[in-house]
Amino acid sequence: MDAILVQILNGLDKGSAYALIALGLTLIFGTLGVVNFAHGALFMIGAFCAVTLQRILNLSYETVDPDKTDFLGQPLKVKTPYVESWFGPDVGAAIIDWSVPLAILFAIPVMLIFGFVMERGLIKHFYKRPHADQILVTFGLAIVLQEIIKANFGANPIQTPAPEMLSGVATLMDGVVYPVWRIVYFCFAALIIGGVFAFLQFTTFGMVVRAGMADRETVGLLGIDIDRRFTIMFGLAAAVAGLAGVMYGPINAPNYHMGMDFLVLSFVVVVVGGMGSLPGAVLAGFVLGILESFASTTWATTTIPGINQIIIYLVAIIILLTRPRGLMGRAGVMED
Amino acid sequence: MFGLDKKDLTLLLVVALLTLLAPFILNPFPTGSGLAQFNAGYPDLMQRFVIFGIFAIGFNILFGLTGYLSFGHAAFLGVGSYSAVWMFKLLSMNIIPAIVLSVIIAGLFALVIGYVSLRRSGIYFSILTLAFAQMSFALAYSVLTPITNGETGLQLTLDDPRILGASATADGSIPVTNLFGLEMRSAVNMALGPWNFTFSAGYYVCAVVMLLAFYLAIRIFRSPFGMMLRAIKSNQNRLNYTGLNSRPYTLAAFVISGMYAGLAGGLMASMDPLAGAERMQWTASGEVVLMTILGGAGTLIGPVLGAGMIKYFENIFSKINDNVLHGWFAWMPDGIEDLTVTLIHPFIGKGWHLTLGILFMLVVIFLPGGLVEGGQRIMRLFRRRKATEDDQTKAKQPAE
Amino acid sequence: MGILEVKGVNKRFGGLQALGDVNLSVAENTVHAIIGPNGAGKSTLLNCLVGKLIPDTGSVMFNGQSVLGRKPFEINQMGISRVFQTPEIFGDLTVLENVMIPCFAKRDGAFRMHAIEGVQNERQIMEKALAMLDDLNMADKRNMHSASLSRGDKRRLEMAMCLVQEPQLLLLDEPTAGMARADTNNTIDLLKEIKEKRDITMCIIEHDMHVVFSLADRITVLAQGTPLVEDSPENIKGNPKVREAYLGETA
Repeated sequence: MDAILVQILNGLDKGSAYALIALGLTLIFGTLGVVNFAHGALFMIGAFCAVTLQRILNLSYETVDPDKTDFLGQPLKVKTPYVESWFGPDVGAAIIDWSVPLAILFAIPVMLIFGFVMERGLIKHFYKRPHADQILVTFGLAIVLQEIIKANFGANPIQTPAPEMLSGVATLMDGVVYPVWRIVYFCFAALIIGGVFAFLQFTTFGMVVRAGMADRETVGLLGIDIDRRFTIMFGLAAAVAGLAGVMYGPINAPNYHMGMDFLVLSFVVVVVGGMGSLPGAVLAGFVLGILESFASTTWATTTIPGINQIIIYLVAIIILLTRPRGLMGRAGVMED
Repeated sequence: MFGLDKKDLTLLLVVALLTLLAPFILNPFPTGSGLAQFNAGYPDLMQRFVIFGIFAIGFNILFGLTGYLSFGHAAFLGVGSYSAVWMFKLLSMNIIPAIVLSVIIAGLFALVIGYVSLRRSGIYFSILTLAFAQMSFALAYSVLTPITNGETGLQLTLDDPRILGASATADGSIPVTNLFGLEMRSAVNMALGPWNFTFSAGYYVCAVVMLLAFYLAIRIFRSPFGMMLRAIKSNQNRLNYTGLNSRPYTLAAFVISGMYAGLAGGLMASMDPLAGAERMQWTASGEVVLMTILGGAGTLIGPVLGAGMIKYFENIFSKINDNVLHGWFAWMPDGIEDLTVTLIHPFIGKGWHLTLGILFMLVVIFLPGGLVEGGQRIMRLFRRRKATEDDQTKAKQPAE
Repeated sequence: MGILEVKGVNKRFGGLQALGDVNLSVAENTVHAIIGPNGAGKSTLLNCLVGKLIPDTGSVMFNGQSVLGRKPFEINQMGISRVFQTPEIFGDLTVLENVMIPCFAKRDGAFRMHAIEGVQNERQIMEKALAMLDDLNMADKRNMHSASLSRGDKRRLEMAMCLVQEPQLLLLDEPTAGMARADTNNTIDLLKEIKEKRDITMCIIEHDMHVVFSLADRITVLAQGTPLVEDSPENIKGNPKVREAYLGETA
């Protein structure tokens, strides 16, 4: 029983990331009808928002401490981050320690603006073009973004540790230990997912968006300014992906190709969940995350070698062939 | 001739001429001159031009004609490479059986993957092929290690059986790939004044294979089969109500293009007998998509141009570094020189992928027909200018 | 015994009975029109005939063979061609190529791997296609990109693509929907011409009365998924039940 629980818990963090990225992909696809291959790059940029903030907070000035010497016998140079000198050493250190959660505040505006610019500047011109063109241009954009990050941050992963308070392990009932940050990540994901659903369910804006997802033409005919809403939806989807990236840093150190790695899997998630279905995307995200975790157990890998590597693709292929609409897809969405 | 009309024959002959004279054409700068680094006429790179040309020609038969965008074609290339290396290990170092096997195995692979993937179309098809390719990649990397040698990649060793050849040469080293005795890495150097041209056996073998592949592609494009494939891209609904079953047509196109990829993989292994899983990764599949789009999907010559261009930039662009730049811009005032170099820096050397990505986006946005369309537009512009000039002269004449 | 026999066809979509016990018999070499108000089930019936939908119960026989469970391309190979409401043609191909494709389908069946021989060597096919285009006065447009044709010409081209297969039954789905009066009249003339020149059975789904009465030999009126009456055009015109179903309250 415990073993099963552990595997479910292990699947939750990856599942959360899948669900968040897939949610954004589905929002974009459902409202704008655009297949966005650059969505993984948005996830990565989110993660690098955390890296950037961490670097900004660690900006320091050097002072020479005349009383101490380093091991070469020269006066010791002490680096003091500006934040520590502004807010005092204790508060300053705490701010640096909490840089990842703080990066959420930093990432929201960055990702929103990024999303707006991307939609207005590029995606807008591709609404009427074939899906293949959309895939291609966003694929190109993903390469560009990835290379820009690589040029600025290097090719190696950069550690973005969780705050000390949240970085240990927790003991959940008899002997099951689990990293605290993963619990945080899951709760965070649940919060964001809940927030997005509430936004769509309870606001007028959300109502229009849902109507647009159900029947785009009619909503256009009602004289509702769809364009502006599309832009906002794109920004929102970008922010969701970005936040997923920010908080994922402590689980896996951000690197420039994390976006591409997640993108392929997220598309698979979207397809399994059903193109255009938000609950489907979330459900499939968690289901696949947990399945992946079960497939990684020694029992599974000894029974069927390599199953952990291919389980997600295998499930996707089976689902696509038996239930072309995915788990919760509606009729008429991309059924060609 | 060759069952082609005049236009296609001219195209084939031009391509043949360019490929066969490539060692000259790609080496326009004398060795030792400052521009020598732009020479691309060395065997290794020229082989890559034509091998990726074959890969892109094959991809274009699927994507250019039917519009089915596969994101998993690198898997077939990888499979082809593995098959060829195994042939070198088990049978002999002759490249013919190796290439034949790679084409067959890649074809079988494509048959299975295509049979399943082609049950869906549009974005679903792209994702299915992507999933299959990533699956093959993951398996080649881990579980299939006995066949693929995992991360290290499959290589030749001294104790391979090689039934029809020797396990090792007389001096105790691994034998080299050959075509009935003609070693692939053998080359003839020709010095002509300050110029130095290399004629490599491997390159010419690849070039001949590419010309055959290109010729076959022209025939397919101009055949009733090719017309059906274009009809599928244009209106599949109408095709079904016209009494044609689109499934076997698309499957045939998929298998043919998979075999082209296998051929490319086999050739790659014939030039350098090793095979690694990274050749199957989806970014490698993305690369052939880039080549085809950049050159012009659906055109005959486009994919070859695209492949050549990307491989050229990959090798030449990535070699330019800041020192070279400083050398070029030395005539500028110091501050401006540094600024220029700093501005260009991100796009060269290791940053060439960035240049590629930007170029690719620009092509998709402004020039969906790729370089071929660009060329046509320029031609049209000239023609129009000439036409207006003619009109003007005509208009003047009566006045005289 | 008609060339097309529909017996007891039912089709439900969820709670909606789209077709209820439809019986229909189309006699050879006649033009049979199926009319009815919007939502009467005309399109559903047509989709059952061409293999896009499978009825819940009932049978559809063509020349004594069942079409049910066959795919659209198989049904076409049996000798049924269809014209769409908005012309469906191969827009990226030339007009001549558009007509050659159905010729290939007729000659070679649903699939043939002729990947090496050039199209230009297929003299017979090309001549047949050209003759067809000539017949419909489109020979001069043979090298045009078919997407750039006018709407009327697209309709003509689609007709050519169907006729070149010499189908035994031609199904037309509202061939004049959304057309201006002049275009409608042209289409009527075209269809009349086809009817006179060839031995062909046509089944037209239409709600434009003008079209129906100019062409049809026999009319079936469909209302709420069931055939109301089947008769000659003259009798249909005077039938009060039809007026009621079709025009609502009679004047």
